[in-house]
Amino acid sequence: MLIDANTKVIVQGITGRDGSFHTGQMLAYGTKVVGGVTPGKGGQTVHDLPVFNSVPEAVSETGAEVSVMYVPGRFARDAMLDAAEAPLKLLVVITDGIPTLDMLEAYETLGSKGIRIIGPNSPGIIKPGQCKVGIMPARIHTPGSIGVVSRSGTLTYEIVHVLTEAGMGQSFCAGIGGDAVIGTTFTDILPLFEQDPNTEAVVLVGEIGGQDEVEAARYCRRNMSKPLVGFMAGLTAPPNRQMGHAGAILEGENDTVAAKIERMEYHGIPVARLISDVVPLLRGMLQPSEAPQ
Amino acid sequence: MNLHEYQAKALLRMFGVPAPDGIVARTAEEAEQALNVFSLPVALKAQVHTGGRGKAGGIRVVKEAFEIRPAAQAILELTIQDHPVQALFITPAAHIAQEVYLSLLIDRGERSVAFVGCAEGGIDIEATAKEAPEKVFKRKVPISQLTRLNPDSLMDFAGQLFEDPSQARQTAGLMTRMGRLFVEKDASLIEINPLIADAEGTVLALDAKMTVDNKALFRHEDLQEIREASGEDPSEASARAQGLVFIRFDGDIGCIVNGAGLAMATMDIIQHHGGQPANFLDVGGSSNPRKVVAAFELILQHPGLKVIFVNIFGGITRCDDIAQGILTSLDTFDVSVPIVVRLVGTNEEEGRAMLEEIGIVTVTTLEEGALEAARIAGAA
Repeated sequence: MLIDANTKVIVQGITGRDGSFHTGQMLAYGTKVVGGVTPGKGGQTVHDLPVFNSVPEAVSETGAEVSVMYVPGRFARDAMLDAAEAPLKLLVVITDGIPTLDMLEAYETLGSKGIRIIGPNSPGIIKPGQCKVGIMPARIHTPGSIGVVSRSGTLTYEIVHVLTEAGMGQSFCAGIGGDAVIGTTFTDILPLFEQDPNTEAVVLVGEIGGQDEVEAARYCRRNMSKPLVGFMAGLTAPPNRQMGHAGAILEGENDTVAAKIERMEYHGIPVARLISDVVPLLRGMLQPSEAPQ
Repeated sequence: MNLHEYQAKALLRMFGVPAPDGIVARTAEEAEQALNVFSLPVALKAQVHTGGRGKAGGIRVVKEAFEIRPAAQAILELTIQDHPVQALFITPAAHIAQEVYLSLLIDRGERSVAFVGCAEGGIDIEATAKEAPEKVFKRKVPISQLTRLNPDSLMDFAGQLFEDPSQARQTAGLMTRMGRLFVEKDASLIEINPLIADAEGTVLALDAKMTVDNKALFRHEDLQEIREASGEDPSEASARAQGLVFIRFDGDIGCIVNGAGLAMATMDIIQHHGGQPANFLDVGGSSNPRKVVAAFELILQHPGLKVIFVNIFGGITRCDDIAQGILTSLDTFDVSVPIVVRLVGTNEEEGRAMLEEIGIVTVTTLEEGALEAARIAGAA
């Protein structure tokens, strides 16, 4: 499932305020952070970890497979293209505000090298109890068998929180980011959940804009044996306004939440209208015989 | 950010895509001056950020000099889909021999840039794509090639738009220049609808629409100037300057939330309980108390405000910083409406304790908070 307790991680932008703080948080969670990168600051240390000038140098010295990026938006392009030069498996981009064309360029370049991107504008990914790569608050998570995949950050915390409160731990949680162009979509993540022996069911958290949730529902109907439950934010969002996320803009009648819920339900995916409906829907899917009608 | 037709056409011309020149007029008198530059007939086109200009009477062709003032006046008095017309673009009326649709856009689903074409121009491309998808064709272009496209490789595509070889060649050439403009200005859409061949067989952009990436404005001074002059809602502009995303609505429940998804979900649940949000406000993923103070300042200006609902799930955001922002706001402003605060996540105990000291009761769930806010507003 992309990461586990043995995954070695480097931090791009480790000397910055957010990068340094979250390196500490990840280390405290038990993530094997082995070093960091800030061009021009090679040779320094942060949290006793070595800082390198480039990603290839960091990877060859530490053997890291995953990089997590906290570099500001205007420097993100160079940082992503630097990561493309190293034999990484995965780049998790926390950075918000990356120009879309920079993201397309990085997606093309890293994709051609076989490096997966998660994000940008992502809270990161976590395998509860084993490895946290990102900025999510650790204590709301608990190990279990529910997968969570979401376009939003704090809304993911909200969903994970209600799952944990209801005694439903998580196998893996991925924030794929709220931008219009993202490295890993819902349909890219769902096959991983389907193959993961620790995942029994998946919660998909979507919002206005685009068609990714509908594609995910279609994919699930055709290719997945495990149940999927949706939650969608923005049922009452007005048209033609960008609701914070660059990807959260209604471009037509097809990408309103109401239209997307209708299409998802057509594909057999139940969709919660309220956060408090997620747990009962999930219980119903996991124990169909006891499901309330 | 959307550019007006006249701004998009100026950029197209700068990059070598033929588009008729014109004059921008903000009054009927200015419109009349256009006749010193262009000979009749001329087209008067409302410059508004919305479609359906033609149907709403926002485009008129004037054949006689005496008609231009009243025609300009009539268009300037229009409001098209809530957008008051503030400017006209006056341009020589073209003779259309053939019209087609051409755009270059970011294809979210494909994570690529693509040209989209249709041999019918002036159409609603979304409706056509839905009703007659076989008429709309697409050509993906790798971003790395967009600034150096070879026109020969675009001849197939251009030939589907214009059968005439010379017109197809002109089109392939202007497509390469659209590619350069797209990259150079960080566009997310350049739409030419219609692209026409005139009576002489010259291919040119009769209308143009262009959207640029807000996230890339930092590297485009010219586009920043356009935004500053664009007449954006002043409170939304000031929010942006403070690092907030703020959108005003008509309701009476002010909302301060961290994160766009959670902010949308908060609006949804308030409305589920019968309440009406006064705004969407995302304080973003940072724990700066000043942002909370700026948020209060914006929301307190809202007429008819009955309650403020602060909903925070702290990850990168620290609850004690949010509490500090609330305390400072109460000291700074005359807050005469009740505040409902839901604070969970990083440093929640500290944050709650700070608020309880001055008698503000916090709630722990979103459901509780939304219900309480709706109750105070008289809706639940």
